[in-house]
Formats: sequence, structure tokens, C-alpha cells
Amino acid sequence: MPDLGQHAAFIIAAYAATFVAIAALAFFIVEDDRKQHRLLAELEARGIRRRSARGLSEARTKSARKPARKRT
Amino acid sequence: MISLANPTRFLGLVGRIVPWLTAATLILLGIGLYLSLFVAPPDYQQGETVKIMFIHVPSAWLAMFGYMLIAASALGTLIWRHPLADVSAKTAAPIGATFTFIALVTGSLWGKPMWGTYWVWDARLTSVLVLFLLYLGLIALWNAIEEPGRAGRAAAILALVGAVNVPIIHYSVVWWNTLHQPASVFKLGGPAIDPALFTPLLVMAIAFTLLFVLLHLIAMRAEILRRRVQALQRMRVEQAAFAEA
Repeated sequence: MPDLGQHAAFIIAAYAATFVAIAALAFFIVEDDRKQHRLLAELEARGIRRRSARGLSEARTKSARKPARKRT
Repeated sequence: MISLANPTRFLGLVGRIVPWLTAATLILLGIGLYLSLFVAPPDYQQGETVKIMFIHVPSAWLAMFGYMLIAASALGTLIWRHPLADVSAKTAAPIGATFTFIALVTGSLWGKPMWGTYWVWDARLTSVLVLFLLYLGLIALWNAIEEPGRAGRAAAILALVGAVNVPIIHYSVVWWNTLHQPASVFKLGGPAIDPALFTPLLVMAIAFTLLFVLLHLIAMRAEILRRRVQALQRMRVEQAAFAEA
């Protein structure tokens, strides 16, 4: 631990307050991000998709069903 | 900016950037904290309390940077109707408010041993407090209006009106007699800080800026996904209502 002099309590309090504020902010942001990912995955698992996502999914299904062309 | 107007493309870019940005932020924060706490020498007047400068000053810079980002996003909303501009503004507000809060708290904790008081109503401190209240006002306005488009436009107007406070904060120490010291870094003739103190300050400033950008990108991603979830939930309700009919 570095020697923080006679005003060590103020220095420690300042760094502690900074750490708590940033940690709380990061926690809420990351947690919100995870929650939105989870909610979107749940909706898509129930078959509720955006029109653009549905179109992409159907295009992939159609190309998977097409038989492979035989080269002559 | 135009290529990033597509939210799906933006989400893809964020997904690729976030891991690298996280690593860079953590490394720079580690280096910055080591330099600040273990390497930086005491100031000849302030002693070891100069270590508070390494968190107070970057936080104050980011408080102003965050608001200017919101103001630029507000122009994007009102003039160019960029689809992600209001997402940027909405998500930057809590982050900017947090850094402003840190600047106020660390400033008070630095002021008590140096000035003998936690607070004084001088121009710099008062204008930064006004900035914090502006941030809270923006957050409240976003939450008060349900429709994101309308909320975005209202918040954009408030943000642009409040942007006049940022140059007032910067020049407050020049225009008025303040207890807060004048600029030591951004001044004509270059920084007036010894390199032994300037280097940790610069590293911490870059680290805090990367942290701001990282949190902002993650928050923007969450907001875009939130709007998609809300749209899909509305779609599900409409489909259920149609099926019943």
C-alpha cells in the first residue's frame, strides 16, 4: 500500500467512490444488455421474428431443401 | 456514419469491437492506476492528495465530452434523422451523468483538505452541478415520453439548449474569480504540469475515455435490442388478437 500522507482518508474515499460508481454503471449496462439478448432469444424461439429475419431464415431453408445439381 | 445507420450492421460491428475494447480498457486502467498510486510523486503543495487529480480530471473531461456527444447526436436526430442518433443520445446520458457525479464527489473530497471546504458556489463547481442536473433532466425526459421518436426529438432540443453550459464550464475559471484553479493542461503554451504527473493523468484520461466508449457501445446495443423486443412483443399481441377475432 503506498504512503498516502495525512489526507489518506480523502484519497481512499475518492478512489472508492469512483470504483463503486463505475462498477454500478457497468453492472447495470451489461445486465441490461444480457437481459435484452435473453428476451429476444425467447421470442425468436417461439417463432416470433422480425420480417427481415424471417426472410433470411426462409431463404436459408429453401437453399437447404434444393437438391444438389448433378454435374455432367 | 451512413453505413452504420443500419442497426444490424452496427450490432455486428459492436460485437466484433467489444472484446478488444474491453481488453484495451482493462490494460490501460491497470497501467494508469499503477502509475497514479505507486509511481506519481507527491505535489510540492498538495502532497499525496494530488493522486485525486488522476480520477477527478478525467471524469470532469468525460462529463463535458459526454454532453457534447449528446449534443452532436441531437443534431443527428433533428437534422439528418440518423436512425441511431437518438439511441446514442439516450444511452450516453446515464454514462455522462455518472462521470459528472464522480467529478463532483472527487472534487469535494479533494477540496476539503486543500481548500478547507467540501463545496463552494464558485463558477466552475456551480456550472458542473448544472451539467449534472441537465443530465438528470435528459434522463427524466426520455423516461417520461413513451414513444421513442417523440422522446428523442424532445430530448434533442433540451440537449442543444443545455450545450451552452459546456463552454461556460471550460471558461468559468477565466471569466470569473474562482476558487477552482485555472486550466493546467489545455492552455496556450502547452500543459503546465510536470511530466511525472502529466503521464499518469494522460494514461488515466485515455483509459476512462475507452471505458466511456465501451459502455456506450454496449448500452447502444442493448437499446437497439430493447426496441426490437418491444416491436416483436407488439407483433405477438396483434397476432393473438387477430387469431381470436
